[in-house]
Amino acid sequence: MASAVDESVTTSPPSRTDLAGRGRPRGNPWRRPWAMEGFTWLYIVWSIVPIAIAVLFSFNKGASQATWQGFSTKWYVGNQVTSVLHNPSLHQAVIQTLVLAVLTTLICVPIGVGFAIGIDRWRTRTSNGLNIVMIFSFVIPELLLAVALFLLVTQALTFIKLGTPAEVAGLVVWNISWPAIIVRARLVSIGRSYEEAACDLGASRLGAIRRVLLPLLMPAIFASAVLVFASTVDDFVIVEQLSSTANTQPMSVLIYSNVHAGLSGPALNALATIMLLLSLLAALIGFVGYRWMSRGERTKSTAEALTGIAGI
Amino acid sequence: MAALDETHDRRNRGLWIALALPGAIWLLVLFVVPFYVMLSVAGGGVNEFFQTVVPIWNPLHWSSWNFSAVWHDIFGTGAFIGPSALRTLLYTAIATVISLAIAYPVAYFVSRYARRRKTLFLVLLIAPFWVSYMMRMLAWIDLLQQGGFFNSALSFVGLPGNTDWLGGKSVTVILGLVYGYIPYVILVLYAFLDRIDQSMLEAARDLGLSKWRTFCHVTVPLSKPAIIAATFITALPMLGDYYTNQLLSGAAGTTMIGNAIEGQLNSPGEIGQGAVLSLMLLVVLLIPMIYYVVSTARASMENA
Repeated sequence: MASAVDESVTTSPPSRTDLAGRGRPRGNPWRRPWAMEGFTWLYIVWSIVPIAIAVLFSFNKGASQATWQGFSTKWYVGNQVTSVLHNPSLHQAVIQTLVLAVLTTLICVPIGVGFAIGIDRWRTRTSNGLNIVMIFSFVIPELLLAVALFLLVTQALTFIKLGTPAEVAGLVVWNISWPAIIVRARLVSIGRSYEEAACDLGASRLGAIRRVLLPLLMPAIFASAVLVFASTVDDFVIVEQLSSTANTQPMSVLIYSNVHAGLSGPALNALATIMLLLSLLAALIGFVGYRWMSRGERTKSTAEALTGIAGI
Repeated sequence: MAALDETHDRRNRGLWIALALPGAIWLLVLFVVPFYVMLSVAGGGVNEFFQTVVPIWNPLHWSSWNFSAVWHDIFGTGAFIGPSALRTLLYTAIATVISLAIAYPVAYFVSRYARRRKTLFLVLLIAPFWVSYMMRMLAWIDLLQQGGFFNSALSFVGLPGNTDWLGGKSVTVILGLVYGYIPYVILVLYAFLDRIDQSMLEAARDLGLSKWRTFCHVTVPLSKPAIIAATFITALPMLGDYYTNQLLSGAAGTTMIGNAIEGQLNSPGEIGQGAVLSLMLLVVLLIPMIYYVVSTARASMENA
């Protein structure tokens, strides 16, 4: 009797073993994929260890990048000639990077957010065309945009001087797609009902935007600000083409031109480490801020916040 | 409801235009106009005496002078652009394939199997995204130099450890490109793979497909858009890359099309030819770019 029950249980839904009998035997589907996991860890080691070594050697006592000669901060502050603090071209590069990043973020984010809201609501052939122009600015290879901008400011709009003005103008147009795309995606997911409700309750259109829509958009605006800031710190092609004198060269350009001239050394590693810390700080602020701003929404997972802040 | 939206929108059209205007002007003046300037410079001439560019603003008067000069550089005797154009395609193709081959298993693992450790893996995968490109190249320059760690490691395992990796090796440049662009590939693949509905895979398994066949017949077709997007996102910047090979090799034997453009831009008499070359690259890339833009725009319309 007991065995009959057993049989009926195993036959009614086609069980795992039945199917395995038909095809190849299958393994446990919950088995951990060790090979893939090992490969992932190998990739992570490969992607991070070289950077860690470069950071480590910025604290080397000697000038070598292959032999460890003891810990020292001389390449940051100690050395009177070549340290980042004392070498004027190095600390000028740090300042220039910060100036560009702050100015670009301050200009780019407001006009990008306005663009996203305007385009989303305007909905005519003109706005669709502008949207397409914006997406093109996102996919165009940076070198082509940089060449076009260089020709623009040297041949046509010569009142935009090479150097900081041209660099900021170019960085803003290169980065405007971040706020525009991220904020637009958020607008779509919010929908119109909150705004309509505010208007029905007597708010003006502008008031509804300011008091209802902008607070709802805040996580997206913040995430895009962090992305614009970090991408400006990291930028190389546009600033290289549009910088003029050494005074307007940010860190990335300085590192490039020094390495290109065969002048790499621990002070350069120190400069790159400062750049790294700047970006990581932006990422950290971005992550914490994003989580704080989107608190109270359906509980967001850490993974979602991470991908949100990386713009994907 | 939709009708209500539209009347509201029409009444507030002025507001929407005002909001979009600063960004729109910025994009037109600093994105659309520059490419017209590029055309005018390419169709313009050179002042022989001062060696300066003379742009021609009227399209009816554009000359083919720069174009024929570039044509000569590509196909004529002693042409130097043709080989670097071919090399660019080759490097980009190889580097893209290697990037996808490394990135796919990593993204697949993290999206499907990482489970509770997803956050940890995402932090580690996103970390290089926040490290500047120059820093990452600098790190490899340190490792690959003649007395560097890489050569020491090679001689430690009994291989010749005195190779000059930075002296003009294609391998170094290609691996540099892979190292530089792979974080983007992984993030894009992850973003797509993570959205694949797990129940589809479970359904395939329940219907009797083996693990491998589920992967081939369900996961791979579903991740085709991811692979296309990742290919675009890496191949487009790689095609305009000129700094990776300069940093990791600097030799004439590894120059890419970006180097030719950059070189011409920096020698005053050849700026017009630089503009022509940029336009040629733009025309070639326009087809994949339009495909990408159209599919993105269509996706955003569907969502809206």
